Amino acid sequence: MRYIPNSAEERAKMLAEMGVQSIEDFFTSIPAHLRLEKPLNLPPAYAESELIKFFKKLAARNTDPNNTISFLGAGAYNHFRPIVIDTLISRSEFYTTYTPYQPEIAQGTLQAIFEFQSMICLLTGMEVANASMYDGSTAMAEAALMANRITRRKKILVSQAVHPEYRAVLDTYLKSTGLVSETVAFSASGQTALDSINLDSEVAAVIVQSPNFFGCIEDMAAVAEKAHQAGALFISVTTEPISWGLLRSPGDCGADIVVAEGQSFGIAPSYGGPYLGIFASRAQYQRQMPGRLIGEAFDADGNRGFVITLATREQHIRREKASSNICTNQGLFMLMATVYLATMGKQGLQEVAKQNLQKSAYAAKAISELDGYSLLFSAPRFNEFVVKTPKPATEIMEKLLSQNIIAGLPLSNYYPDMTHALLVCVTEQNTKADIDQLVAALK
Amino acid sequence: MSTIKNRIKKVRTHVSQNEPLLFERSRPGSVAYKLPNIDVPDTEISELIDPNFLRTDNLAYMPEVAEPDIVRHFTRLSTWNYGTDTGMFPLGSCTMKYNPKINEFVARLESFAAAHPLAPELAVQGCLEVIYLAEQLLAEITGMAAVTLQPAAGAHGEMTGIMMIRALLKDRGDARKKVLIPDSAHGTNPATAAMCGYSVEGVRSNSQGLTDLAELEKRMDDTVAALMLTNPNTVGLFEEDIEKICKLMHERGGLVYMDGANMNALCAVARPGDMGVDVMHMNLHKTMSTPHGGGGPGAGPVAVTKELAPYLPSPTVIKVDDRFALDFNRPSSIGRVRAFHGNFGVVLRAVCYMLALGSEGLRENTETAVLNANYIAHHLRDTYEIPYPGKLMHEVIFSDKRQRKFGVTNGDIAKRLIDYGFHPPTMSFPLIVPGALMVEPTESEGRQEIDLFIDAMKSINEEAQENPELLKHAPYSTRVGRFDEVAAARNPVLRWQPKNEK
Repeated sequence: MRYIPNSAEERAKMLAEMGVQSIEDFFTSIPAHLRLEKPLNLPPAYAESELIKFFKKLAARNTDPNNTISFLGAGAYNHFRPIVIDTLISRSEFYTTYTPYQPEIAQGTLQAIFEFQSMICLLTGMEVANASMYDGSTAMAEAALMANRITRRKKILVSQAVHPEYRAVLDTYLKSTGLVSETVAFSASGQTALDSINLDSEVAAVIVQSPNFFGCIEDMAAVAEKAHQAGALFISVTTEPISWGLLRSPGDCGADIVVAEGQSFGIAPSYGGPYLGIFASRAQYQRQMPGRLIGEAFDADGNRGFVITLATREQHIRREKASSNICTNQGLFMLMATVYLATMGKQGLQEVAKQNLQKSAYAAKAISELDGYSLLFSAPRFNEFVVKTPKPATEIMEKLLSQNIIAGLPLSNYYPDMTHALLVCVTEQNTKADIDQLVAALK
Repeated sequence: MSTIKNRIKKVRTHVSQNEPLLFERSRPGSVAYKLPNIDVPDTEISELIDPNFLRTDNLAYMPEVAEPDIVRHFTRLSTWNYGTDTGMFPLGSCTMKYNPKINEFVARLESFAAAHPLAPELAVQGCLEVIYLAEQLLAEITGMAAVTLQPAAGAHGEMTGIMMIRALLKDRGDARKKVLIPDSAHGTNPATAAMCGYSVEGVRSNSQGLTDLAELEKRMDDTVAALMLTNPNTVGLFEEDIEKICKLMHERGGLVYMDGANMNALCAVARPGDMGVDVMHMNLHKTMSTPHGGGGPGAGPVAVTKELAPYLPSPTVIKVDDRFALDFNRPSSIGRVRAFHGNFGVVLRAVCYMLALGSEGLRENTETAVLNANYIAHHLRDTYEIPYPGKLMHEVIFSDKRQRKFGVTNGDIAKRLIDYGFHPPTMSFPLIVPGALMVEPTESEGRQEIDLFIDAMKSINEEAQENPELLKHAPYSTRVGRFDEVAAARNPVLRWQPKNEK
């Protein structure tokens, strides 16, 4: 086997040296009848050349991204990934190492996490960010659990304009904990209906996504104020953090916990994962946070470095009293995001956000001028918008797919009543020609 | 250093570059990006969005650097790390095996990498087939009936599994209150049970380091939902009574969750499904060679019996004639544990690995991993205490008992190993071994590297006797020494801040 350095001959020698008759002798603690006598029913081992052919063939069963124009967003976005990202994360000292429990030989990972935490704080306007969670959806569920730890209250209010799959994950997490969630309706503008937020003394947190699932920018400051008046926390969710390049930060709007999906920061869509859960909060709550935190430290000679800190919240120390069971996070994808944020930098993050906004506005205007089409919601938008379609959106999708255009996401997938609504996303990757082609095809 | 250098055979020191934080490198006006010129009307932002919604800080303090700065920055940082491509990484229970490079190539094939998770099924038949295939391969390897790939990591898989157990028991009429966990378990097990609303009760191990059947018999009653068991367990031993354990649990209305963290000791040799286990997770980043990435991403598929299959997270992938589809019609499902379809990119790498190995390759892996661990035990058992010297499988757990006489702890031995050119073993558990040094060589280490490790461990033992003070301050060869972690936690600095705002 090409991944095993000890040859059969070497292994025989080792056994002989140890006075062991046969390799089987090591497995006698497994009852004989449980030991497999036949090989597993798996395909025969492939050569590397066969693997390449096999997977290229499989990949070709997906539509060819170079021959398809896509306007799908809804929690996973098509942004340009600078080449340096893969170059740098392919340094095997990064990708073949473990969680940095031994800081003397993990300063590379640790400093990168510290930089990531710092940049997330700058972007979100928060005081503390952790080293990452699995993804945006699980980060949101963990935020709800954290709000319960802080407030000791049991009810979570979640806007219906939060990504439906995120809400589904929240429900799964809450089911076994005794916490309950209630949904808050959205208004005709597409924003969460402020007057539907029914606060009482049992509410731990209000969860609102901005830009929300329909692409509408929420009035987070108003939500925060309302939540705080009732002693509840405001948890802000973002699936499209490229918007942070332009929009007022959640922290500035009064969020207590900020969670986001970091896929837009240089991570490929990759059929849904691995992604990057971003998690930030106010400093006063840092000891209730889930996940890993990296802090500055000094050695005996006064050298600055970084270590895992406040670990007494974590499962390997606190066991059943831990703030979460999370152990593995998204280390390498945190690094991707760090490289992306450094590469785009202060100017690039603003420019890319601006282009998303402008291109999306151009597309929205052009589509809404078509006969039978209009924009469903009036609230301000970033790079996504809902189109009211003259025919069921699924029909339009199907028709355009045959022309190699993925027009967007029919909302009836998640909101069965919204049969004539299509969620369209336009990023910097869509050229004017792409948009014009979409508009022409919709006609 | 000079008097001790001759003992160290594997490494020499070399120059290590200093590198400030990105923020300290930042210079106003530097850029590393260029976007295409805007091709739609260059409308003012304020015409498109109410200025009340816009940020006003101009992203102050975000880095401004050029591409060569970035490349040098992260390249220098990388040289401060140690990975499995650098050398032996004998981190017990973490299975730090070689990460084949073909896996990385496959995961980056454009049509996979660009696939959108909500794309129409017709547009992602390749992805769906990969998921379908991965589930089949994992079901065969574990001997279970069905698999979900949605969980993003091992602990996430544990949570998924315990939630399914809860749902099944609830359907039987009583979700019960407790989960039993042996005292040798990984910390995620009790944390998971607690997250799923169960209280945790410990089960003591017997003198051999195995689950104490009599104790289990005593604790297993109608308030217990499940036993969470790692097998082989964390002292490196196969739970020989596994069938009796499962039978006892089942007879009294409970289920058995197996933590598959140590599956690298079993692949193609024995299957948990044949032993009576009801549900288990696997860490693809351990057993199936996907990179640990400095702490993720992993993937924690969960495999279950036929009885539990209806409770698997939604959706699942099904095959209808020649087409693959997502099945959302799953009324008993626990729901979603993650948006979309799990860590697809990790699954893709694992499938590549399973196909590269086949059954014979998997077995050769298992046998070699077990051989390597026993070889290390054989050569070090006279030097270091093995508190549970049973039939070791893929890892060996030493303790610092003999070295403690000289005032040297497992932590000191571990730090000194760094000077010898090795990553330290696991120390944070099992809790039943005070001063544990949990060594898992995996099949990826050749005898030459293993012999150097054995040699280093012996030499460190000599140092412990001759000059214990030396070990107390190790490592000496790294660019930074031991940190004052107490001070770091007392007054945590968790982010960079501009000087004037500190």
